[in-house]
Amino acid sequence: MIRLKFEPRLDNPAWVNVLIPVAAVVFGLFAGGLLFFILGVNPFEAYWAVLNGAFGSIYGLSEIVTKAIPITLTALAGLICYKMLIWNIGAEGQLCMGAIATVAVVRFFFVDNWAVMFVIMFFAAGIAGGLWGGLAGFLKARWNVNETITTLMLNYVAINISEYFIYGPWKDPMSWGFPFTANFPDAARLWVWGNTRIHAGIFIALAAAMILQVILKRSKWGYEIRVIGENPRAARYGGMDIAKNILLVTFIGGAIAGLAGMGEIAGLHGRMSRGFTMGYGYTGITVAWLSRLSPIYVPLVSFLLGILLVGGDTLQVVMGLPMASIQILQGLILFSVLAAETLSRFRIKIVRVSAGPAEEAK
Amino acid sequence: MDFLIAILASAVRSGTPVLYATLGEVISERAGVMNLGLEGVMLVGAYTGFAVTKSTGDPWLGLLASFFAGAAITLIHAFLCITLMCNQVVSGLAMVLTGYGLSALLGRSVIGETIAGMTAYKMPFLGDIPFIGPIFFQHNAMVYVSYALIAALCWFLFRTRAGLNLRAVGENPRAADAMGIPVTYIRYFYCMFGGGLAGLGGGYLSVVYAQMWIEGMTAGRGWIAVALVIFGLWNPARAALGAYLFGGVEALQLRMQAMGSSISASLLLTLPYLMTIIVLTIVSIRAGKGILLGAPAALSIPFRREDRD
Repeated sequence: MIRLKFEPRLDNPAWVNVLIPVAAVVFGLFAGGLLFFILGVNPFEAYWAVLNGAFGSIYGLSEIVTKAIPITLTALAGLICYKMLIWNIGAEGQLCMGAIATVAVVRFFFVDNWAVMFVIMFFAAGIAGGLWGGLAGFLKARWNVNETITTLMLNYVAINISEYFIYGPWKDPMSWGFPFTANFPDAARLWVWGNTRIHAGIFIALAAAMILQVILKRSKWGYEIRVIGENPRAARYGGMDIAKNILLVTFIGGAIAGLAGMGEIAGLHGRMSRGFTMGYGYTGITVAWLSRLSPIYVPLVSFLLGILLVGGDTLQVVMGLPMASIQILQGLILFSVLAAETLSRFRIKIVRVSAGPAEEAK
Repeated sequence: MDFLIAILASAVRSGTPVLYATLGEVISERAGVMNLGLEGVMLVGAYTGFAVTKSTGDPWLGLLASFFAGAAITLIHAFLCITLMCNQVVSGLAMVLTGYGLSALLGRSVIGETIAGMTAYKMPFLGDIPFIGPIFFQHNAMVYVSYALIAALCWFLFRTRAGLNLRAVGENPRAADAMGIPVTYIRYFYCMFGGGLAGLGGGYLSVVYAQMWIEGMTAGRGWIAVALVIFGLWNPARAALGAYLFGGVEALQLRMQAMGSSISASLLLTLPYLMTIIVLTIVSIRAGKGILLGAPAALSIPFRREDRD
């Protein structure tokens, strides 16, 4: 009888941190290619379409960056919670609430000055997203309500609320019946780089990544978060207030995701339309894990996932495949990362055991 | 009165897909493996069931296929969580992404197609009981199968040796292992069986309930099933109650839409999700006070037999 034996690795060499995500992505793409092949889609053609769409033009390249902006923010939103083993998978809804708040302040508190408007939108989106995330955090901290479920349920609630506004009271009367809100006035639009669609949200995203990196790696509070995540018992003995920290990370996470929503609305679209969240909240989860929960890698990994998403658009146009095919690749990559993490923690040996003596040794 | 009966009857009908998935998750979690990927598993089941029904013309074959498709895709989750001891939350999320994408990719060939589905069958005697009859016993066969399944699982879990072993593996795998119960094998089996039931729930959704395939048609039902397991305190009968409660809210919301209620359809659509949060909160408060029992002790904790071999 052959059995796999897992022995913990005592040493953890530095190259592991780099090799694992890379190997996982390669393996995930390989498995995805195999799957495409089985399903009758030529994998070389599909990946070529992805690469061509992403790198074939300056526009494609700029689109990757455009998509990497919200993904970076939603990934950070999840990451800060995952550090504490709080499973916030609600970045999609938090982004959505940030977007709704952005549209709301532009409708009701519009000031014809871009700087003032930026500050108003920034705080509105951050607070709206933060409260949406903090709601799940409050339920978790107060009554230990499973946050995986509540954050996910709140995604559906937020999306439906946004559709209520898009189809209902905020529908643009000039839209000929199409479901979107009125275009933002210029003062409420974020800065956009040249004739690309890359907007000022990129600075928010990069700043958030750097600030979180410093907080998590250098500050006392960051240390507290890591201890609570890695060893909650020690944290409790150390007198750390776990409930307070749950509230904090879910609020901050939600706020960061809310800012992604502001970027999408005020930076990219200039209005809210159906389906604008694009599943960025879910892509962010993949990115957070691929980054091995290090904020500093998040923008880079978001760029990588951005390639897939932009390529996915091309896949849809060129090969007639649904956009969701890209989700298969995301899922497979995520599986590979998880498996690779185990392989880095354990040395796996194949041992031959004969049934008899082993049973006696029991 | 007729209105109430109509609502409750459609609560049973629309609660049934969630019910199958919830029962599957109860079994899987009782064995110690949490599968958050039900949403993806259900979608794979929904597509498979629809496609097979479409090509064979037999809904029973379609539903059988959806069960095995659900079990097969869950093998990935089982391998990662049981053999490789990976994080079960993240693996579950990857299941959702993969299942959603896979079903969308495959499903593009059957978009817009329709099938006959299953006809309702009024149970003799039982179907004639006033009030109870029209609510519970005038449905399609898969609803009756689900009643039998609830009873069978309750009996199996709490009255049989195999059920005791299953629970032992979820509560204390080390002790179970010492007693010679094959922990790994049992976890694999029930995790995949649970996935199969979730697939069947998806199959019910496309083959019987909607009679068509729509990308992402589960619309969060897989997640609601995960929540209902907590509501149901890992007990099949209580979980069934939760599924019908969810079905009731959905039925009510559809009915209000159909009657042209002045409340926007989008806002009505938030009701099942809000109710799930509220119900989960109530259960958690009661569990916190020690009134209710909590989760299986070894839920989502991988088992490594480090001292032996």
